[in-house]
Amino acid sequence: MEDKATTQGSATKLVVSSSPHFLTDDSIPKIMHTVVMALIPAVVASVYFFGFRALLLVAVCIGTSLVTEYAFQKYRNKPIKIYDGSAIITGLLLALTLPANFSIFGAILGSFFAVGVGKQLFGGLGFNIFNPALLGRAFLMATYPVFMTTWVSPRTVEAAVDAVSTATPLAMMKFEHKIAPLYDLFIGNTAGSLGETSVIAILIGGLYLRYKGYINWKLPLGYLGTIAVFSGIFWLMDPAKYPSPLFHLFAGGAMLGAWFMVTDMVTSPVTPIGQWIFVIVAGILAVVIRLWGGLPEGVMYSILFMNAFVPLLNKHTRPRVFGAGASARG
Amino acid sequence: MAIKTFDRGIHPSYHKELTSGGRIERAALPKLVIIPLQQHAGAPCELLVKKGDLVQEGQKIADVKAFVSAPIHASISGKVKDIDLADHPGGSRAMAITIEGDGLMRDWVAGAVQTDISAISADALRDIIREAGIVGMGGAAFPTSVKLSPPKGKTIDTVILNGCECEPFLTADHRIMVEEAGAVIWGLRALMKAVGAGAGLIGIEENKPDAIDALDKAVGSSNDIRLVILETKYPQGAEKMLIAAAMGRKVPTGKLPLDVGVVVNNVGTAVAIYEAVNLKKPLIERVVTISGNGVTAPKNLRVRVGTTFEEVIGQCGGLKTSEGDMEVLNGGPMMGITQSTLTVPVIKGTSGITVLTARQIKPVAYDPCIKCSSCVEVCPMGLMPYRLGDYGRAHRTDDLKAWDALACIECGCCSYVCPAKRPLLHWIRVGKLKIREEAAKAAAKAAKA
Ligand code: SF4
Ligand code: SF4
Repeated sequence: MEDKATTQGSATKLVVSSSPHFLTDDSIPKIMHTVVMALIPAVVASVYFFGFRALLLVAVCIGTSLVTEYAFQKYRNKPIKIYDGSAIITGLLLALTLPANFSIFGAILGSFFAVGVGKQLFGGLGFNIFNPALLGRAFLMATYPVFMTTWVSPRTVEAAVDAVSTATPLAMMKFEHKIAPLYDLFIGNTAGSLGETSVIAILIGGLYLRYKGYINWKLPLGYLGTIAVFSGIFWLMDPAKYPSPLFHLFAGGAMLGAWFMVTDMVTSPVTPIGQWIFVIVAGILAVVIRLWGGLPEGVMYSILFMNAFVPLLNKHTRPRVFGAGASARG
Repeated sequence: MAIKTFDRGIHPSYHKELTSGGRIERAALPKLVIIPLQQHAGAPCELLVKKGDLVQEGQKIADVKAFVSAPIHASISGKVKDIDLADHPGGSRAMAITIEGDGLMRDWVAGAVQTDISAISADALRDIIREAGIVGMGGAAFPTSVKLSPPKGKTIDTVILNGCECEPFLTADHRIMVEEAGAVIWGLRALMKAVGAGAGLIGIEENKPDAIDALDKAVGSSNDIRLVILETKYPQGAEKMLIAAAMGRKVPTGKLPLDVGVVVNNVGTAVAIYEAVNLKKPLIERVVTISGNGVTAPKNLRVRVGTTFEEVIGQCGGLKTSEGDMEVLNGGPMMGITQSTLTVPVIKGTSGITVLTARQIKPVAYDPCIKCSSCVEVCPMGLMPYRLGDYGRAHRTDDLKAWDALACIECGCCSYVCPAKRPLLHWIRVGKLKIREEAAKAAAKAAKA
């Protein structure tokens, strides 16, 4: 319904809408592009430590994710929204969880699975239950178990012939009881997935997102805090046997998971209590898998496992309605 | 003083600087006014004049016996030109009296004496307020005399004056507090007297330091009235939020402020009461903020009820047509009502006329919900708007009721923050309407059986 303004004879039209009549500047593309920006330090660190191969994997994963997103949207006659940034994030996050010498074909397959099955088959952005990048990684763990756990030392990949195969700090902790120096973990100078090793790079991005207001502090801090406290209990009981909480925080995917996967809006709860339950249970699970599970790393499964409970949490942890239970006076 | 506030809410861009610094100006006397018979919540008035009658400024021209109602007065002197359906700023068409002015103006101030409040009884005060046609001037336009008549057994211990003015762009209340602090305080004491309350509070957001100063001076050393400084946050001025912030009392779901011993009135209403008692002047004009990026010279004007938006905007330099399409609102951008024509009149509840430009007008397209939790984080009522929106859109009334859709105060915070631009409040309104329709149908069925 539109009408000509009566004051002037010009073409100014009166637009009609229901309240509220003006909205925040935030939009899905703006949020997603900010997340992409926040991941750039981690990408830079991965290229620094693992060389050109890292950049190639990142490019392949992002490219495949975009093409997959486009193909599904086109095929299902949905609006094409590949520019909203969400497919870039999925590709980027998946790449950052891969070992540096991972197969290119495998990266393509993983990205296709992440976006195609993890996101589009659920109905697209907003409808997926699981974090698509993590689902893609879980898929690759199942299809490329050896590749996915063959790690190289940083700064050695370029000389591909004599690349030194080595174990990640977590695997060393688990199977050889060796603890990597915290400083190396913090900087990222250890074997591991492309973007998971450098704590400092991830923190820069995470804090930037927090500054932009796109991260609810409860999620990363709750998750990391739980990991620290729960692992700390065992460390205090037997420091010789169990690694310190700082090691747990700095090693493996804990930082990347906490700042970029636990915080995934679509797959984390919307209520304060639901968010607390989500991060606390996931944090405990991650430590349990690391210390006693068959795998060295538990971050991925802890988050995927809790993703499954998000609909339930959203339903059963409603905030208190204003005035509920308040009593009237005479 | 510690700054108080309520839980959740939003911080929109306020744009108050467009009008907050300038004095209230008197609008030119309109040649023609269109006065709707319904300007308040409750029963519409019945005519007391007919076409061709001569009326005086301030003469009662419509009234009704119903309890929830307020009479209507001629805002200018002149001749009743027409009585017919006319566009109403509430969004529909309604019966209205059109008066053609004779250009004469009455001097209300001459001979006025300030009355001693202790000399008037509570009943007499309520009568004056009802006869002056005073309604809540913050926008809801609920008849004030009704608010001041609590049912038997309810005691009111506190009157809160709402000086929050949390809507973006609007500064009418702000300017009233700065320029008419004495009348505001007098009006508050009259309200306290009318309901027998011993305490008066004025809730005011911290972004109005000059108003805080002025009121502080006007209150002086007396301790029956206290200023409560509140965080600048929307919807700080929503009754339930204001009472919770200022006094820590929570109005139970489905109840009214008087159930926790409080009545809330707008500062403009307090001034109207001051004028009704001391100047014997009914509610025939009000301060209106004319603002927004689509107005050439935004300002606060004292406008006669019935003056058309077109004329009022014209006195502010007109619309900035170079800005392209516009959205004209009766009220502010958060809760205001959109207008499809500028021939609608200013009514008693018109706190502002806001004109948004093409750049600010919200998009029509929206995306799927990405469960970002923003709407849940800001809903001052503690609801889950994304869910209510979906249920409302699908007319799922049982789910709507189970998730407390009826507690929604329609503040619009949820739609405001949604990055997917989902029209959540719109859908919730649709849902609430469906619930009421179903209830009405059920009642009709029960009556038949
Ligand atoms: S659901 Fe209602 S009360 Fe809650 S934010 Fe939305 S409009 Fe306001
Ligand atoms: S603000 Fe919008 S996108 Fe975010 S949870 Fe609410 S409805 Fe969904």
